[in-house]
Amino acid sequence: MFNDLSQLGKYLGQAARLMVGMPDYDNYVEHMRTKHPDKPVMDYEAFFRERQEARYGGKGGPKCC
Amino acid sequence: MKNNNSLLRHLPWLLVAILGACALGVVALRRGEAINALWIVVAAVAIYLVAYRYYSLFIANTVMQLDPRRATPAVVNNDGLDYVPTNKHILFGHHFAAIAGAGPLVGPVLAAQMGYLPGTLWLIAGVVLAGAVQDFLVLFMSTRRNGRSLGDMVREEMGRVPGTIALFGCFLIMIIILAVLALIVVKALADSPWGMFTVMATIPIAMFMGVYMRYIRPGRIGEISIIGVALLLGSIFLGGQIAADPSWNKIFSFTGIQITWMLIGYGAVSAVLPVWLVLAPRDYLSTFLKIGTIIALAIGIVITTPLLKMPALTQFIDGSGPVWKGGLFPFLFITIACGAVSGFHALIASGTTPKLLDNETNARYIGYGGMLMESFVAIMALVAASVIEPGVYFAMNSPPAVVGTDVVAVATAVSHWGFAITPEALQAVAHDIGENTILARAGGAPTLAVGIAQILHHVLPGENTMAFWYHFAILFEALFILTAVDAGTRAGRFMLQDLLGSFVPALRRTESWTANIIGTAGCVALWGYLLYQGVIDPLGGINTLWPLFGISNQMLAGIALMLGVVVLIKMKRQRYIWVPLIPAAWLLICTTTAGFIKLFDANPAVGFLALAQKYSTALEAGQVIAPAKDADQMHHVIINAYTNATLTGLFLFVVFAILFYAIKVSIAAWGKKERTDKESPFQALPDA
Repeated sequence: MFNDLSQLGKYLGQAARLMVGMPDYDNYVEHMRTKHPDKPVMDYEAFFRERQEARYGGKGGPKCC
Repeated sequence: MKNNNSLLRHLPWLLVAILGACALGVVALRRGEAINALWIVVAAVAIYLVAYRYYSLFIANTVMQLDPRRATPAVVNNDGLDYVPTNKHILFGHHFAAIAGAGPLVGPVLAAQMGYLPGTLWLIAGVVLAGAVQDFLVLFMSTRRNGRSLGDMVREEMGRVPGTIALFGCFLIMIIILAVLALIVVKALADSPWGMFTVMATIPIAMFMGVYMRYIRPGRIGEISIIGVALLLGSIFLGGQIAADPSWNKIFSFTGIQITWMLIGYGAVSAVLPVWLVLAPRDYLSTFLKIGTIIALAIGIVITTPLLKMPALTQFIDGSGPVWKGGLFPFLFITIACGAVSGFHALIASGTTPKLLDNETNARYIGYGGMLMESFVAIMALVAASVIEPGVYFAMNSPPAVVGTDVVAVATAVSHWGFAITPEALQAVAHDIGENTILARAGGAPTLAVGIAQILHHVLPGENTMAFWYHFAILFEALFILTAVDAGTRAGRFMLQDLLGSFVPALRRTESWTANIIGTAGCVALWGYLLYQGVIDPLGGINTLWPLFGISNQMLAGIALMLGVVVLIKMKRQRYIWVPLIPAAWLLICTTTAGFIKLFDANPAVGFLALAQKYSTALEAGQVIAPAKDADQMHHVIINAYTNATLTGLFLFVVFAILFYAIKVSIAAWGKKERTDKESPFQALPDA
């Protein structure tokens, strides 16, 4: 029960972050660790900045209604 | 045996369908007494559920033949950043937050001038057969093409020329949208110190959040958003104190024209500021507030079960309405853009969403389901507009040129139409919501805010909460409109640079300051000009700009659906082209009819050219026609009419050009024996 609740909380947090264009950081780290162990991994701060730029820097499409 | 089972399985759905049909019957047939808003909500939800269960499943399995074993772009290109296979519920939230905005809220409010029935029927039928199909289809096509954008797909499947024309169309739509959205903000904030203060307060709040997230506690979105929302609520409270104080009141009272210049200046400056400072934090605030308000409104409607005071149909279905001119066909289908079908969603469904889809089969839930949710938001907006007194509704939304400028004149004029209201009642509403006046607040946002305030203050009782919730609703709308203006100006700048870059390659360099400034200035000048002309237009800009926006948005949906037809033919699935063809044909009929009426109708209140003609003739004869007050204003009206006529002509050109290429490519592909579409080759999902 409490496990389910904490799982739900995790999902809601992820959903809220992705709504503003921020994908899951743990998932990114996991991906880099397993698929590209040779490449450097951004820390959370760099990851956050990179994602902000990507969302508004013109690569992402416009949004409205 | 198996048959029996499957029949039983359909039984609950049959019950849902019957429930929906009964509720719709009540909505459509009951006359002369107020009906409960719940009937509309139940009818809509039941029909959505049945359509999702059967129609979208048919599209998924038979038309698109979604393949659960096929790897999506998110899987193939997984980088943990742009391409991430994402849980479908989380992605649903992302997609919905991106498509839901001002459109589904404002359109139904404006459409309520014909009564709640036409809007309800179009919202339900439109989303099931057109809007959700479009979103789903575009998401499917983009997912099968490595997440390509709509413009790219048009170029690949139909050719370079139609691709460029489509890109040009998207840019025009962008400009119109920015102008209309900004106009809504101007109409809501003119002469409203409370609203103005709270909206201005969002800038320092956003900057504080931006600095906090950048330097103090980097990347802590959650905690700073909670702090930001608390500060916003504080600013609404403080705004009330400011409006109540005579000297502060004056400082934050601005005319529409002053606010217009502020917005233009703001748009120009913010487009070159770093994104983390204002744009991103305000986007977080507006996204969370938007979702929160939508949920609160849904709960509020279910708890309060308000009665609809607006009649099912008003006399304005004949096209003589004060809020916007034009008959039920085609203008209702233009006015309610986003809640029923919205071309803009094609840009989202071919933007970030296909890059996050973990499995093709989830495109149904995200694309079709997400759009049903958006339509539900539009239904709630329609309910909110219909629960307020019709007299108040028309007093707020009619231009002063039609009903007059003081409460007595307005109350007389509106009562004369059959919506009895007294000047005292109008004043009382203004007082309740903490404003000096509610007159001439066209644009939908203030009306919706009154409706939301009425619903929410029933749920959460207390002294003076009506005024608080009204300004909360205004702030929430202004927030995401400002975000759209900000993000839209940036996106528009890139589009403009891309378009101009076809002729002058140097302008395409987004790292060059000169190119950026030219792009930004060009973009701001275009929407700023339209906004300014809308504000000074004595006939009221919403009147002319909203139909233009509707035409352009529906036209883009038509383009997306035409692309769907072309792709299905190229995939050799001709049997099923009616799925996108019927809505595409309907949208083309609506938009082109509306376009031609707007251009050539002999009635100056409807036709742009007739309006220009009328004022030019009068000007030559040395006359001044109301509502213009002098020769200068006469010139404004004439120039505006020609500008709008030109824009309408451009839209018609775009839509006919794409139609021409769509037919040409379709005929060529029809005769071929093998598939000719440009789908990415099949790659199997790796075993998990």
